[in-house]
Amino acid sequence: MSIDTSKVATTNSTAAIASKPNRAGALAEWADDRLGLATLAKKNLRKVFPDHWSFMLGEIALWSFVVLLLSGVFLSLWFTPSMGETTYEGTYAQLRGIQMSEAYASALRLSFDVRGGLLMRQIHHWAAMLFVGSMMIHLLRVFFTGAHRKPRELNWAIGALLLLLGTLEGFTGYSLPDDLLSGTGIRAADGFLKSQPVIGTYMSFLLFGGEFPGDQIIPRLFIIHVLLIPGLLLALITAHMLLLVYHKHTQWPGPGRTEQNVVGFPMLPVYAAKAGGFFFIVFGTTALMGGLLSINPVWKFGPYDPSKVTAGSQPDWYMGWPDGALRIMPNIETHIWHHTISWNVLLPIIVLPSAMFGLLLMLPFIEAWITGDKRDHHLLQRPRNAPTRTAFMVSLITMYGLFWAAGGNDIIAIRLHLSINQITYFMRAAVFIGPAIAFFITKRWCISLQRKDNEDVLHGYETGIIMRSPEGGYSERHLPLSEERAYKLTARDRDPDVLGELEGGPDANGVEPHGGLAARLAGVRHRLRKLMYADNVQKPTVHELDEGHHHAEHEHELQAPMEGHAADGHQFDGHHLVEGEKLRADD
Amino acid sequence: MTSPLGFLNRSAGRLSRHRRRPIAGLLLLMLGLVLTGTLYAAFAPSSTADSAKSDDELAAQGRKLFLVGCAFCHGQNGEGVSTQDGNQLGPSLVGVGSAAVDFQVGTGRMPAVQPGAQNPTKPVTYTDDEIAALAAYVASLGPGPAVPDPSDYSLAGLSEKEREEAVARGGQIFLTNCTACHNFAGKGGAMPRGGYAPNLSDTSAKHIYEALLTGPGQMDTFSNGNLSPEEKRDVIAYLYSLREQPQYGGFDLGGMGPVSEGLFAWIVGIGSLVGFATWIAAHTARSSRKKEEAAA
Amino acid sequence: MSDDHNHLPELPGDDALDAHTGHGGELVPEEPIANPGLPEHEWRPTDVDPNAEKRAERQVAGLFALSAVCAVLFVVSYFAFQINGGGGGQTVDTVFGLGASNVALGASLGFALLFIGIGLIQWARKLMSDHEIVEMRHPARSSDEDRAETLRVLDLGVEESGITRRPLIRNSLLGAVGILLAPAVVMLKDLGKTNAQIEANPPYPGAGLEHTVWDTGMRVVRDVVGTPIRPGDLEIGDLLNAEPEIVFEVGDDGKPVLEGVSLQVAKSKGAVVLVRMDPDDNKPGPGRENWAVDGILCYSKICTHVGCPISLNERKTHHLLCPCHQSTFDLADAAKVVFGPAARPLPQLPLMVNDEGYLVAQSDFKEPVGPSYWERDSQQSTSK
Repeated sequence: MSIDTSKVATTNSTAAIASKPNRAGALAEWADDRLGLATLAKKNLRKVFPDHWSFMLGEIALWSFVVLLLSGVFLSLWFTPSMGETTYEGTYAQLRGIQMSEAYASALRLSFDVRGGLLMRQIHHWAAMLFVGSMMIHLLRVFFTGAHRKPRELNWAIGALLLLLGTLEGFTGYSLPDDLLSGTGIRAADGFLKSQPVIGTYMSFLLFGGEFPGDQIIPRLFIIHVLLIPGLLLALITAHMLLLVYHKHTQWPGPGRTEQNVVGFPMLPVYAAKAGGFFFIVFGTTALMGGLLSINPVWKFGPYDPSKVTAGSQPDWYMGWPDGALRIMPNIETHIWHHTISWNVLLPIIVLPSAMFGLLLMLPFIEAWITGDKRDHHLLQRPRNAPTRTAFMVSLITMYGLFWAAGGNDIIAIRLHLSINQITYFMRAAVFIGPAIAFFITKRWCISLQRKDNEDVLHGYETGIIMRSPEGGYSERHLPLSEERAYKLTARDRDPDVLGELEGGPDANGVEPHGGLAARLAGVRHRLRKLMYADNVQKPTVHELDEGHHHAEHEHELQAPMEGHAADGHQFDGHHLVEGEKLRADD
Repeated sequence: MTSPLGFLNRSAGRLSRHRRRPIAGLLLLMLGLVLTGTLYAAFAPSSTADSAKSDDELAAQGRKLFLVGCAFCHGQNGEGVSTQDGNQLGPSLVGVGSAAVDFQVGTGRMPAVQPGAQNPTKPVTYTDDEIAALAAYVASLGPGPAVPDPSDYSLAGLSEKEREEAVARGGQIFLTNCTACHNFAGKGGAMPRGGYAPNLSDTSAKHIYEALLTGPGQMDTFSNGNLSPEEKRDVIAYLYSLREQPQYGGFDLGGMGPVSEGLFAWIVGIGSLVGFATWIAAHTARSSRKKEEAAA
Repeated sequence: MSDDHNHLPELPGDDALDAHTGHGGELVPEEPIANPGLPEHEWRPTDVDPNAEKRAERQVAGLFALSAVCAVLFVVSYFAFQINGGGGGQTVDTVFGLGASNVALGASLGFALLFIGIGLIQWARKLMSDHEIVEMRHPARSSDEDRAETLRVLDLGVEESGITRRPLIRNSLLGAVGILLAPAVVMLKDLGKTNAQIEANPPYPGAGLEHTVWDTGMRVVRDVVGTPIRPGDLEIGDLLNAEPEIVFEVGDDGKPVLEGVSLQVAKSKGAVVLVRMDPDDNKPGPGRENWAVDGILCYSKICTHVGCPISLNERKTHHLLCPCHQSTFDLADAAKVVFGPAARPLPQLPLMVNDEGYLVAQSDFKEPVGPSYWERDSQQSTSK
């Protein structure tokens, strides 16, 4: 084995596990005789996990997936995935005598004839929303803290795929009841398929089993939703978790934490309790939401009818941003050689999301190409210490958010008494200008935060105590940071000196570029590196720190006679007790 | 101090003591208001029309009200007023019928107080009788849709089964003709350039009927050749059934569809779960005491 | 690290105590502040105070007990609250206007779960040992020996298979496996008939993207109720949602002519809106002068963007707005697009009046209805 287990933490508690020849022990022996799990268990039962709230965002996704599986199985016991026409004579009086599909009728049955059925429908739908939302904030946390760098790039790629699959799963899921709102979404999806050049009509006719709407789409979406995508999700989640266990979780830099260790709490008992408890909390919150907050009241929409529609037709929130792009897109279509290319549909709904997803998938690799950093990274970065990366993601979030808002432009118009036409025109410009502004603001903000950190390290923190010199001048007393805090602020890598690099010089492998494309790429890389690093503020050097300390000591020397005792600067950071000490002469 | 009028002194002293209390001023004010109000109610001329007034009298009274409150925009004879650049201050009311007046004035949309994309509902300015008078006057300008009778939109006289069928049919009509603008729950929707189809949750049956008949603002008309009176009745019955039905799944979040649901998912769902996560990973309380560690 | 001799001049990282030379020849200094090591452990009140510990224990147990109570409440609510009047009508139990069953079941289940979760967390935070433990990491990569060994056994296996020495076997295998893709793909062909196949053999009236069920003389009828329409029924300002008559037609055998798939397809292309405006307001498109009847025009209800049905009409401006993506069409100008992402005007149905005085279609639409697709030949249409 190449893994050094000599330093694996041993128990630190007083309880010693004596050999217990009881029933549990006998059972464990029986199992181990056949499965040999003790080897695996020995390493992993006390596996260490670092503790931070932002590390739990992925757990929200994991547990909401479990909730989805449980509630989904319940629903599948009553749901009929058939578009066969039936006349409803069930409980909900407003729809009696109306023609509808079996799928819709079974959704009504679940809502009105199965106790707990409506609750489960709502838990399932809320959990789906939380699933996608938590994946997104988990993605943001990972990206902002640099946890996507080597060796975790593949885990990032798996995560991006999970996000995509989760979105598709949600779309297929809420379309299953075949109600007016989701049916309108399917109609739009048919239009998206048709807009594609050459293969469009074939894709549409193959998916729908003929002309829209046909009678095949609901059964096919059903099997995609309960079998194909969940299978893929389970496999990818398993891979995601295995990689996490193998690589061990990243951790924030701090006292006692290095690139070579993990500091935290053991799986058994602490993390098992916290993670298990969080599962119950996620499930409980979803159940509370399902009980108290109505979602997707399909009985009010009525069954899908291609000649009916409701105002405020939007997809679920996670599809809101492509819908927004679709709404604000100018109406460009090319009619050429007896054929039609619908740019107005193709660009916002096929090209843009694919490009965004592709970019998302490739982000760690692109970043590695720019930075040339081939080291393993297990310590996280504070977002401010990677200003360009943070600013880039913030500008992506801004663009996402603007498209998302554009998707709700009619709701915004009636709620805020605005004109939807004006909102559309505004958004057409905003989705370009907004991200640029956001990038600039965020980057400068990060850099000024870096400066502040340096100030704190070099000159101490502001105490709020104002001193007045005999000459009448005012100054604020600064006291040095505690050692832990100062270390945390400086426990980061120094950025490479890009300004000293030559454009067109050797790349990360030391190879000189030759050939037009390679030289151009090298130029691009150089410019991106400059964007990435040139403006950043570096942590102080030892020299600068010494100077800062001298300066502080000097100031304290000057101030000491005024107070009657030499202040050693540790009055406020807990280094020693301060009872009996007086800070001012007249205290 | 005693005197023949001692009792007066005593009561005077008592009274004057009371007069100096703070509450005295308040009581005096109340007295004055009550007195004035009673006098006014007793002697002020009543503006309520006698229900037995003839149509002509009603129309004449309506004209008086019209000249004061409506003619500035709609013209002295309801012919409409155009501005110099071809825009309209107020459209012609010839032929709009009493139903239009009853709707516009009865929902407070008229008198309009400021220009804008659309006239919103406001607190109603006129009493029911005044509205009837105005309606009679405008109806006299030219033939138009009349204020409906309650029997036009009531389901009385139908059997239980027929009622159910009417409501179901009304739902289908509603979903075909109305939800595109007013949304599936009648909560309203956006129209171009700042216009909107309003929320129907608090609109009375009579006003819904009149709106269908007269097509207020940018709304289409649904004349009786478009939607028959029975169909209008069915739509109204369906809308009322929506109001009366319980919120089966919990609070309905505004009935605006996925946008509000997404908002709640983020704010309530993600917000509370991230809050829990912050609590779970937070440092617990620390004690300054030390513990003797047992032999490890 | 053993393999990173290929990257840029070494940056101060893990083993940062060596000074290295950077580009300008100046010294790149070491870390300004050394790692102070794990801080001293601080005890919690529940560690040092037996009363606090007992209190925490009782708290955790209490939370679990509360959860059990809520679970029991769930079972009680399940049987206590009606959702459908016991199977008959719809007398639903309500609480504050909300469905009582849903609220009670949701709240009791939610709290039952939440209390377990909160109890577990409290247990971990207050009572379980919270000493921080250190575990050493291992590099993600395998050791050099493992890599070498893997390469060795891989080479051995490949060599023994002989695939490198036998290109004939290799290439023919690749070919065979590659061609297996064909059956896999071909098997999916019958997922659905293509448009061309459907147009060649129409399984129902109006089949194919280029046709609808509309035909010469087919009456325009009101949606939902199915009654035919005379021009006099409509007033200026009316918007009527209509369908082709065949949608409501019942055959001689008493069964509807269209049902199931054929009905849905017919509606998805045949739904129309009738709008009546002042004839002077209308500017008919070229060749469309006789398509309207007395200011009554008929347009397809299916948006040319991605196919949502439209009926938001602004009466005064005769602008028709689609609720999905806000495409706006001017109905007085051959439904030209005046705003939004739709690129083509709405197809117009030519109208006339039949002998009985009802509104009927002169013919099918002159262009395909609904969203655009690759094969759609816009130059063929009579509108622009």
